Amino acid sequence: MSFFSFGQSAEIDIVLNDAETRKKAEHKTEDGKKDKYFLFYDGETVSGKVNVTLKTPGKRLEHQGFKIEFIGQIELYYDRGNHHEFVSLVKDLARPGEMAQSQTFDFEFTHVEKPYESYTGQNVKLRYFLRATVSRRLNDICKEMDIVVHTLSTYPELNSSIKMEVGIEDCLHIEFEYNKSKYHLKDVIVGKIYFLLVRIKIKHMEIDIIKRETTGTGPNVYHENDTIAKYEIMDGAPVRGESIPIRLFLAGYEMTPTMRDINKKFSVRYYLNLVLIDEEERRYFKQQEITLWREGDVARKSMSHQAAIASQRFEGSEKTLPQAKEDSN
Amino acid sequence: MAEAIADTRRLYTKPQNLNDAYGPPSNFLEIDVTNPETVGVGRNRFTTYEIKLKTNLPIFKLKESRVRRRYSDFEWLRGELERESKVVVPPLPGKALFRQLPFRGDDGIFDDSFIEERRQGLEQFLNKVAGHPLAQNERCLHMFLQDESVDKNYTPSKIRQA
Repeated sequence: MSFFSFGQSAEIDIVLNDAETRKKAEHKTEDGKKDKYFLFYDGETVSGKVNVTLKTPGKRLEHQGFKIEFIGQIELYYDRGNHHEFVSLVKDLARPGEMAQSQTFDFEFTHVEKPYESYTGQNVKLRYFLRATVSRRLNDICKEMDIVVHTLSTYPELNSSIKMEVGIEDCLHIEFEYNKSKYHLKDVIVGKIYFLLVRIKIKHMEIDIIKRETTGTGPNVYHENDTIAKYEIMDGAPVRGESIPIRLFLAGYEMTPTMRDINKKFSVRYYLNLVLIDEEERRYFKQQEITLWREGDVARKSMSHQAAIASQRFEGSEKTLPQAKEDSN
Repeated sequence: MAEAIADTRRLYTKPQNLNDAYGPPSNFLEIDVTNPETVGVGRNRFTTYEIKLKTNLPIFKLKESRVRRRYSDFEWLRGELERESKVVVPPLPGKALFRQLPFRGDDGIFDDSFIEERRQGLEQFLNKVAGHPLAQNERCLHMFLQDESVDKNYTPSKIRQA
């Protein structure tokens, strides 16, 4: 804003053309609060109007030009000065001159590429925003409007189950199975833990969901782990031959899709951590990565195809289970 | 458009063998530290504790054993485990050196309540340690629990199945 009381100033307002119909999505801000922003997908056009309102009526506004930009950028918290822009589009709205009265300018960024999902994390932020600027000799007048972008995926062609035998030799052998390796954000993890050998005194068992945010490259890689969920699946001591079912509804937890090496700057990955605790509070655990993806409302496989895949692995079926992979832990 | 209801039916499981379901569990391990006895006279007195072990774990050579140990034997075991294994060894009950000073109103380290407190601490210590899968691989633990006496000149080694 202007620090000098003489001269004209203006207020900028950005309004989208489809503000009435476009959906909004909730997104966390850096300080943890939740706000609603207009939701966009990759390839959608971003169009609207920039209203420039002169503050002092009657006076002219001298300027070096008006422009509006559409920016997608990654900001690493430990390196705030450097914004990594991966999308940068600009439209000039007015050439340098004088503005005699308040005006409205139309803009359109056609079929804008938005390759990554908006993300606000512990050490990194990826955001998209419109920025309208009135350039002036001494100080510019700026207005930013953040939007939120979601990346959608369709049901994966291949979604194998995760099945492994792990344990400590002669002490504890278990076989764990999760019905898929890729889950959408409102999916259900269905699985089981089968006890092959139990020579320790187990008190209870839980499954945790861990989010790992990785920033930096090479020697400066930094992992931030966050336990999103802890879900007890067994209370008490199991014996050989027992199976403990797992049914974990993901919709109840705040998660994002898996993000791998976004613009070579950061990753967000999710892990299931199976934890067994014995009577002396010793913890035995096995971590396994899962891929999370965001399902679109429109793009879906037919129900019958889903049912066909599902029936191959559930109770009542005669089919034998696939070969277990060997993995000693 | 209605949301597809996720399939949450349980995965197929093998029925459990009835012997496994109702038989004795494979993790039976009971250790008791009992019957403190003070032996010797005058300045050469010391207290020993009986260590009774009952188990069905294959790693133990004897399914039942009974030995007598004194506090310094426990200290030796703790030192061996700390050095030889990667286990974070729990602490022993206190050494109570102040109780060994003269001119005390009570019986010092031969005081009944002190011995009982120590006995409980030693029992907790052994149960924690003997159930640890890594500690179970150490020769020193088996020697402490089941051999007639502790040979402090032994060669440390790892044990697999008995």
